[in-house]
Amino acid sequence: MKPLAAQPSRRFSDAEIVTRAHRSDRNFALLGLGVLILTMIVLLSLIIDFMVDGLGRIDLDFLTSFPSRRAADAGILSAWVGTALVMIVTTVLAVPLGVAAGLYLEEYAPRNWITHLIEINVTNLAGVPSIIYGLLALGLFVQSFAMGQTILVAGMTLALLILPIIIVATREAVRSIPLEVREGAYALGADKWQTMSGYILPTARPGILTGAIVGMSRAIGETAPIITIGALTFIAFLPPPPVQETFPFINFDWLNSPFTVMPIQMFNWVSRPQAAFHVNAAATGLILLAMTLLMNAVAIWLRYKIRRSMR
Amino acid sequence: MVAAASPVSRTGQRGLTVSPTFLARRRVVDRTMRVVLFLSAALSVLVTGSIVYVLLSESVKFFTQVSIIDFLTDTQWTPVFQDKHFGIMTLVSGTLMSSLIALVVAIPAGTVLAIYLSEFARPQVREAIKPFLELIAGVPTVAFGYFALLFLTPIFQIFIPGLASFNLLVPGIVMGIMILPYIVSVSEDAMRAVPAELREGAYALGFTRLQTATRVVIPGAFSGVTAAYILGMSRAVGETMVVAIAAGQQAKLALNPLEGAATITAYIVQISLGDVPHGSIAYLTIFAAGMTLFLMTFVFNILAFWLRQKYREVY
Repeated sequence: MKPLAAQPSRRFSDAEIVTRAHRSDRNFALLGLGVLILTMIVLLSLIIDFMVDGLGRIDLDFLTSFPSRRAADAGILSAWVGTALVMIVTTVLAVPLGVAAGLYLEEYAPRNWITHLIEINVTNLAGVPSIIYGLLALGLFVQSFAMGQTILVAGMTLALLILPIIIVATREAVRSIPLEVREGAYALGADKWQTMSGYILPTARPGILTGAIVGMSRAIGETAPIITIGALTFIAFLPPPPVQETFPFINFDWLNSPFTVMPIQMFNWVSRPQAAFHVNAAATGLILLAMTLLMNAVAIWLRYKIRRSMR
Repeated sequence: MVAAASPVSRTGQRGLTVSPTFLARRRVVDRTMRVVLFLSAALSVLVTGSIVYVLLSESVKFFTQVSIIDFLTDTQWTPVFQDKHFGIMTLVSGTLMSSLIALVVAIPAGTVLAIYLSEFARPQVREAIKPFLELIAGVPTVAFGYFALLFLTPIFQIFIPGLASFNLLVPGIVMGIMILPYIVSVSEDAMRAVPAELREGAYALGFTRLQTATRVVIPGAFSGVTAAYILGMSRAVGETMVVAIAAGQQAKLALNPLEGAATITAYIVQISLGDVPHGSIAYLTIFAAGMTLFLMTFVFNILAFWLRQKYREVY
């Protein structure tokens, strides 16, 4: 390292150098704060913009009406029901698979090239653009397997998309559990799986839950892959209900039903030239925004609680 | 696990009883779970394999109809017109232009924020700011698209008279804000991995915080910070909804950011919205475009992975 203060000191007194250095430090801190505040202003103006444009449009009719050619009559009934059903499929698939994969990589995997390959692969999958998952689903599920553009296919696509998020969250949660927990379980005579199911997974549960919530909030707002599989935007009917009055009371026909989801409905409305449809888009966006921000807030709060209980 | 089981059965002989069928069943469950967990992890490799297979097989069909030289050198992209041209560089130019605008916003802002969080902010402040950045990352992309088209573009049009209602500038800036949290978190990670001793040495030599940050921490975290920029670029290249909503659908060489132009992702959305028959040339183009996109992000991701691996090795 060259003597940094040596050069200017010929021209400035020591006190001046110190004052200048302090000033540049303070200026940079102010710059950092400025960038931060600017970012906050952008996020706030986004939220306020949605409130101003859309809040007045949200009422019971909006939630219980089907889309319509007339903007004032249109609603998001089929869209929010579709979102809810797709999310059920996504969660049921992604959480067990992601937790299992994360647990394997952290606790079971031997140090060899297969493990290394899987690890690189998970990192890479997390960076694959979401629309590529849509193309995968279109080429594989919709065309090759001829499954159609259904709730099941959409749920599977989004499950693959959020799998890396859940794997990473599980790994972090499992890694933070002290070795003593495992040793204690083994000392009591538990075998590996008993240790995992009885001690490791329950201890890691809050961390896994955090990852699952973040993944789900990502899936709820995801639009591109579902457009790519060819979901319809104009759906004026509901999928068959999952429960029925006659035996066996549960019905899985809804899995094969055509559907739409809230982000697609919103995209459809925002793409139209009429301003009245933009109001509908803003209202849908506001509901989406509230849901995703709330889920993220819950995840942040959970993480905060975990960190406090660790200390 | 076998070692843990045998002492129990020996104590069993001394009076405590552990049923052998229980132990046998336990071993079966343990072995089964081992396989189940491995298969779940291996599924991720299958997903990548399927992505490559689908993109490759459809692209191969595409290239039997369109020569790869035309694909790479033609300057027009008009697959659904009478006079068909398949110059992917048209879409690539839109993608690169909007992503570069995003980086111009996100790199300076992200670097300043990361230095601020890692070197200046007190721990309490840092813990308060990071969740806020996560909230930005949680906003649905379609909402950012609406914001770019109907809120920011009209405002920008007041100050920039030549700005079209569909343009690359505003979606680019919005994407910059979207990738900001990502760039901040990856580069702050790298900066914090620089050992405290190096900072303390710098302070002992009379460095100020800013001097320490720019002359010790950033050079020390260089590969990690670069990885953050590359990952940000990869995100911006693959971002779909903002450009599909606010950048327009017109495929042309993107030379002027004040005008709209289609990106690779926006084109895929545009074709998917229409009713495209399976196997038609329009259907095949979205896979060829997708393959191009996948290759671009793949190169960025691997490069960033390698760079991050490097800084992990150093410290």
